Amino acid sequence: MKPAPFGYHAPADVAEATALLSELGDDAKVLAGGQSLVPMMALRLARPEQVVDVNRVAGLGGVRRENGTLVVGATTRHVALERDPVVAAAVPLLARAAPYIGHFQIRNRGTLGGSLAHADAAAELPAVARALDAEFELAGPDGTRRVAAAAFFRTLFTTALEPDELLVAVRFPIWRPRSGFAVAEVARRHGDFALAGAVCGVQVDAGRISRVAIGLIGMGSVPLRAEAVERSLTGSEAAALDLDDVGAQAVAGTDPPSDVHAGTHYRAKVGAALVARALSTALKEADHG
Amino acid sequence: MAEITATQDAGTEMEVALTVNGEARRVRVEPRKTLADTLREDLGLTGTHLGCEHGVCGACTVLLDGAAVRACLVFAVQAEGAEVTTIEGLAADADSLTAVQRAFREHHGLQCGFCTPGFVLSVTAFLRDNPAPGEEEIRDGLSGNLCRCTGYQGIIRAVKAAAEEMGRR
Ligand SMILES: Cc1cc2nc3c(=O)[nH]c(=O)nc-3n(C[C@H](O)[C@H](O)[C@H](O)COP(=O)(O)OP(=O)(O)OC[C@H]3O[C@@H](n4cnc5c(N)ncnc54)[C@H](O)[C@@H]3O)c2cc1C
Ligand code: FES
Ligand code: FES
Repeated sequence: MKPAPFGYHAPADVAEATALLSELGDDAKVLAGGQSLVPMMALRLARPEQVVDVNRVAGLGGVRRENGTLVVGATTRHVALERDPVVAAAVPLLARAAPYIGHFQIRNRGTLGGSLAHADAAAELPAVARALDAEFELAGPDGTRRVAAAAFFRTLFTTALEPDELLVAVRFPIWRPRSGFAVAEVARRHGDFALAGAVCGVQVDAGRISRVAIGLIGMGSVPLRAEAVERSLTGSEAAALDLDDVGAQAVAGTDPPSDVHAGTHYRAKVGAALVARALSTALKEADHG
Repeated sequence: MAEITATQDAGTEMEVALTVNGEARRVRVEPRKTLADTLREDLGLTGTHLGCEHGVCGACTVLLDGAAVRACLVFAVQAEGAEVTTIEGLAADADSLTAVQRAFREHHGLQCGFCTPGFVLSVTAFLRDNPAPGEEEIRDGLSGNLCRCTGYQGIIRAVKAAAEEMGRR
């Protein structure tokens, strides 16, 4: 047995889960798909004394449309994002990003909430949530609060979640039909975390960009959004864009990490190329009407 | 479902009831014991192999309620009420092999055999969900399992052959 001993709790609903979390305090960790937490426990990088397994919490999984948003429950597994036709129709970027996560065995267990709470800046789903300006619903002992993606991701592996809070759902805005979406990333091997990547959404009206979102994967300590570039693109003529230039601007000012796999300069260059590639694909899909 | 609410202190064992290869089983385990260790040590099913024990190699792959998962990343206590299929439970009896197992043997899909149970479980689930995969899909489907012997080409041929055989039936 590799993980250190821990007490195990399997609450049946959100109220029971948050009550347990506030009672157990800092010693407790939420367990969702276990695809990030359990490896860390096996390596003893994490040694929670108490584990609160949310897999049996009623109503925490599944998706529904509500007031122009897609509400995705925290324990919705990556495989459901990939396969559920409701997700593909409402938030195509989620469905297209999910297959880039690890391997199918990982996606069978890993959850949306786990990926967002883990907050790896090189992960796909945090970048999608940030690019689309998703809203996070956090439940604590005193009720629920909502936090915007920009405020949820604080720094490396750190979020706005308090130790006694549970991420219960995430609301993704539903863009109108005829929008274009694309994901582009580079990884050393298929299924590895990306060295760099980009996720894009775009709407075009009468040839001009009317809405655009650009998220960057692995380009900083949190998932980033190229907001200055989005502002300058809005209103400009889609056909006249210099995409290489847009890519370079999108990564300007970022400070990507450097490690044995890739240096800062290389990541920035690849990131710029991937923004150009994703935006070009998204523009082709968008109806230019 | 209040009856499955469970709370246990560190170090104390818990009783878990699950179905393994069609048989109802009961074990007493510490919460920190993985499903993989429980299958091997408490249930004597040593066909489930452990390579890395942290989610990278796929040697420990089993079917949990039909889905291929890393048994080293699931705690046994989480499998309460679940149905688990291991390599021992795939073929109808001790003298037969499934189409996937036959194809691995015929096409040199294994050498030392350490990775093989994990590959066979993964491929079994993969072909159930993708009965006629193309070359790229096969490579994608195999990416979660590591083999240090074969160089993968025999495994890819085995998956193609198994898909063809299963498609004929
Ligand atoms: C081999 C391998 C390859 C992988 N490749 C990729 C990849 O390419 N891209 C990628 O993005 N990911 C990858 N992953 C990680 C995978 O996506 C995980 O599923 C994800 O990071 C964590 O989700 P989980 O549900 O497994 O969470 P867990 O591992 O259960 O938990 C992760 C963290 O989130 C907390 N948490 C979980 N749920 C909640 C909640 N509802 N409220 C509050 N806190 C919560 C936990 O306490 C823990 O700190 C890979 C994993 C493996 C093993
Ligand atoms: S032993 Fe489970 S993935 Fe390697
Ligand atoms: S056959 Fe030896 S590791 Fe795959």
